Amino acid sequence: MSILGRLTPDALSHGPLAAIGLINVALAGAVAMAIAVGLIFYFHRWQWLFSGAKWFWKNWLTSLDPKKIGVMYIALATLMLLRGVADAAMIRTQQALSVGSSHGVIPVDTFQQVFSAHGTIMIFFVAMGLMFGLINLIVPLQIGARDVAFPFMNSASFWLYAAGMALINLSLVVGEFAATGWLAYPPLSELAYSPGVGVDYWIWSIQIAGIGSLLSGINFLVTILKMRAPGMTLMKMPMFVWSVLNSMILVVFAFPILTATLAMLALDRTLGMHFFTSGFGGNPMMYINLIWAWGHPEVYILILPAFGVFSEVVATFSQKRLFGYKSMVWALGAITFLSFSVWLHHFFTMGAGANVNAFFGIMTAVIAVPTGVKVFNWLFTMYRGRVHFRTPMMWFLGFVMTFTIGGMTGVLMSIPAIDFQVHNTLFLVAHFHNMIIGGVVFGYFAGITYWFPKIFGFKLNERLGRYAFWCWVIGFCLAFIPLYILGLMGAARRLDHYDASMGWQGLFVVAGVGVLVIALGISFQVLQMIISVLQRKRNLDTTGDPWNGRTLEWSTPSPVPFYNFAIIPGVHGRDAFWAMKQSGVARSQHPQYQDIQLPKNSAMGIYIAGLSFVFGFCLIWHIWWLAAVGIVGVITCLIIRLSDDDSEYTMTAAELERLESKHSGKDIRS
Amino acid sequence: MMNKSKFIAIGLLILGAIAGVALLLHGHTIDVLVPKGTIAKKELDLLVTATLLMLIVVIPVFVLTFTIAWKYRASNTKAKYTPDWDHNRAIETVWWAIPFVLILILSVITWQSSHELDPFKPLASSKQPITIQVVALQWKWLFIYPEQHIATVNYVQFPVDTPVNFVITSDAPMNSFWIPQLGGQIYAMAGMSTQLHLMATDPGSYNGSSVNLSGRGFSGMKFIAKATSQADFDTWVSEARKSPSALTTSEYDKLARPSQDNPASIYALAQADLYDGVVMKYMKP
Repeated sequence: MSILGRLTPDALSHGPLAAIGLINVALAGAVAMAIAVGLIFYFHRWQWLFSGAKWFWKNWLTSLDPKKIGVMYIALATLMLLRGVADAAMIRTQQALSVGSSHGVIPVDTFQQVFSAHGTIMIFFVAMGLMFGLINLIVPLQIGARDVAFPFMNSASFWLYAAGMALINLSLVVGEFAATGWLAYPPLSELAYSPGVGVDYWIWSIQIAGIGSLLSGINFLVTILKMRAPGMTLMKMPMFVWSVLNSMILVVFAFPILTATLAMLALDRTLGMHFFTSGFGGNPMMYINLIWAWGHPEVYILILPAFGVFSEVVATFSQKRLFGYKSMVWALGAITFLSFSVWLHHFFTMGAGANVNAFFGIMTAVIAVPTGVKVFNWLFTMYRGRVHFRTPMMWFLGFVMTFTIGGMTGVLMSIPAIDFQVHNTLFLVAHFHNMIIGGVVFGYFAGITYWFPKIFGFKLNERLGRYAFWCWVIGFCLAFIPLYILGLMGAARRLDHYDASMGWQGLFVVAGVGVLVIALGISFQVLQMIISVLQRKRNLDTTGDPWNGRTLEWSTPSPVPFYNFAIIPGVHGRDAFWAMKQSGVARSQHPQYQDIQLPKNSAMGIYIAGLSFVFGFCLIWHIWWLAAVGIVGVITCLIIRLSDDDSEYTMTAAELERLESKHSGKDIRS
Repeated sequence: MMNKSKFIAIGLLILGAIAGVALLLHGHTIDVLVPKGTIAKKELDLLVTATLLMLIVVIPVFVLTFTIAWKYRASNTKAKYTPDWDHNRAIETVWWAIPFVLILILSVITWQSSHELDPFKPLASSKQPITIQVVALQWKWLFIYPEQHIATVNYVQFPVDTPVNFVITSDAPMNSFWIPQLGGQIYAMAGMSTQLHLMATDPGSYNGSSVNLSGRGFSGMKFIAKATSQADFDTWVSEARKSPSALTTSEYDKLARPSQDNPASIYALAQADLYDGVVMKYMKP
C-alpha cells in the first residue's frame, strides 16, 4: 500500500461543473489576495501583514473569551450559510430544468452530493454554529458570570467545529462528498454501495465537529448550574438561560449516541465490520433507530435556544414581564423529556406494527401541547404591553406564522396513517424547513440583531434589516408552499429528474424563485452589516441598554469589557436589571473593586483541532501512519495542557478601576 | 394604518396566488387528494379531519397574533399597559387544557387509524385476494406473481375491487414502495419482508415510485400500477405467460445488476420460490 493510502492525483480531478465552481472560488481568492497585497504595496507597509496576523492570533484565534469565541462561531456559520444556500440554489435549478428529455445542468452524482452537503452543512455547521455562537455571547452575561466553567475546553470545542468544517469543505477539492443524503442511511452508505471516500468525509467531518458540540454541551451545562451570580436561583434565571440549560441537557444525552453510531459505521467501512450491513448479521434498521435517537433531540437542541431568544425579545420589545414564566419553564422541561420518546416517527414506514407506531405518533402529538403553551404565553406577553416593531420583533411575528403552519403539518405527520402518504416526499421537506427556517433560523437572526449592540457597541441598520426580513418571509413562502403541493402530487425528495407528464415543473420553478428571493434577503443582510459598520457612529449604543432591557447583560457597557462584570451583580428576582432600574440602583456609585482571575490565552485548542483534522483526513484516505501521528499528537497536547497549572492571570483592582472609569463617562445612569 | 385599499390589495394578492397555483396544476392531479383506492380514501379522510382539528388552534393563533400585536403597538398610547402583569392561573390553565383536549382526541384517532390502516393488515373483501411479491433492485422494481407464474419489471397490473397483498423486499439499498392514489408507502429492505395491502376502487393507471434515496438511478425507479376488470386481468396474465423470456435464477441475477431507467417488461416465472431466495440471501451467515 502506498504511503499516501488511497490518495492519488485522481482525487483532484472533477467534472466540468465542479471545475467551474473551483475556478470561481480560486478567482475570488486571488482577487481578495490581490487587493490585500495591492493595499499593502501601495502603503509600503509590509509589517502590517505580520503585525496584523500577530494581532489576530493574539486577540482572536487563541482567545478564551467566550464573546470572541461566539463571534468566531457566528462568522464561520455565516460563511457556511452562504455555501448551504448556494447548494440549495443548485438543487432547485436542477429540479426546475431536469424534466423529460432534458437532464438539467448537474450530473446525478454531483447532484446527490450537493443535497447531502446542503443538509449536513445547514444542521451541523450553520444552525449549530449560530446556536453555540449566541450561547457563548450571552449565557455568561445573563447569569452574571465572567466566563464559562471550562474556558479552554470552550476554545477546543470551537476549533473542533472549525476542523470539521474544514474537512467537509476540503471534500469539494480533494475527492468527493457523500451522495447518501444528510443522514447516510445504510446499506446505501456501506462499502458495498458507496465505495468512495464521500461517506468517510461525512463521517469524520461531523464526528470531529460533534465531539466539539458534546464538550460545549458539558461546558454550558456546568456553567449554568455552577456559575450563576449570587441570588440567581434557577427560577430567577432569564428564559434564554433556561432554554439553553434544557438544550445542553439534550446535547449531553444525545451526542454520545451520534458519536457511537458514527464510530460503528466507520468500523464497518474501514475495518470491514458488519454492524449495519445487509447480511452477515448486520442490521441497517438499528442504524436508523440510533441516528434518530440522536437526530430527533437534535431538532430540539436547535429550537429550544431559539425559543429562549424569542422569550427575551418579546418581553423586551413589549416592555413587559414575560407572561407565564413557570408555564414556560415546565413547557421547556416537558419538551426536553418528550423529545427522547418520539424518534420512531421518522420511520413509521419501516413497518414496526400498529401498536409501536401509534405510541410514537401519540407521543409526538403530545409535544405540540407545551409548544402551543409557549406560543400563547408569548402572545400574552404582548397583551397589555407596548409593542415596538423593531427587527427582532418582526422576526418573532414571522416565526409565529411559519412555525404554526409547520407545527400543524407536523401534527398531521405524527399520525402514522397520514405519514404513509407524505413521508419521504417534498411535503416532509417543506414541513421541516418550516420548523428550521421559521423556527431556528428566524430565532437566531432575531437574537443576533437583538444582542449585536451589546457585543459591538452599535446597532444594526433597521431599514435593511426589515428589507431582509420581508425577503426571507416572502422567499420562504414561495420556496416551500409549492413543496407541500408537490409532495401531495407524489414528488419524492432528492429527485434529480422527473417526467414532464407529472406536471411538477411549474411548481419547482416557483420554488426556485423563492430561493432567489431568500438569497436577495441574505444580500440585504450582508449589506446591512457593511452599512452598519460604516455608519456605526450614528447608531452607537452609549448607554449599554439600547432596548430598555430586562436582564443582566444590559447592565454592562456596550461593547462589553472582556471581563464582563467588574463587580459580580447580586440578583434578587427575575428580570434582575429591570428591577435594578426600577429601584434606581442600576450602578453602584462607589464600587469596591477586587482582584479578579481571568484565563490566559491558549493556542492548544488550535493544535488539538489541527491534529484531529489530520487524523480524520488520514482515516478517510487510509494513510494509517499519519493518522497514528495525529491521534498521538492530540493526546500529547491534552496531557501538556492538563499538566499546565499556570492557566490564569490576575487583574488587579487598580487596573479594573482604571478600565471601568473609561466606561463610566459614557454611562448616562451614573 | 390599515385601510380599505390595503385589505383589497391583500385579498387580490391571495386570489392571484390561488389562481396561479390552479393554472400551474391545470390538467394534473394531486394524487393524494384524488384517491382511487380504499386505503388512500381513508387516509385522505384522516388528513382532512386532522387538519380541521388543528385549525381550531391555528386560526385563533393567527388572529390573536395580529390583533394583539396591532392593538398594543407602542404608538397606541390609549391601550391599557400593565408592565408587571405576568401570570394568570385561569388563562394559563385554558391554554394548557385546550391543546391537551385536542391532542387527546387526536390520540384516539391516531390509535384507531394506526390499527385500522396498518399496512400489514389484510383487507376484508368477498373476493379472493391476489398476492404480488415486490423486489426493489438497482434501480427498478420487480413484481412477481407466484400464483399466476409471471413476473414484470416497472409495471404492475391487478384487478379492480380485489385486495392486493404486496409482499416487499429489496436486493439493493433501502427503497420505499408507494402508489399514492391507492395508499401509503412502506419500506423495501434487504433480508426483510414487509407487507402492504391495497385495493383499487376505480380502473385506471396510477403512478408508483420509490420515495427513498437508493443511489444514482433512484429517480428512474417508477412504475405504472394498472387496475383493470377481472376479465382484462385474466387475459393479460395468459398473454404474459406466453412471454418468450423466462425468469430463472440466472436471468434474475442478470436483471439484478445495476441499470437505470428500465422500460416495462414481462417474464414468465420459471422459478416459483424466487422471492424467498432473495430474502434468504441476506439471512445466511
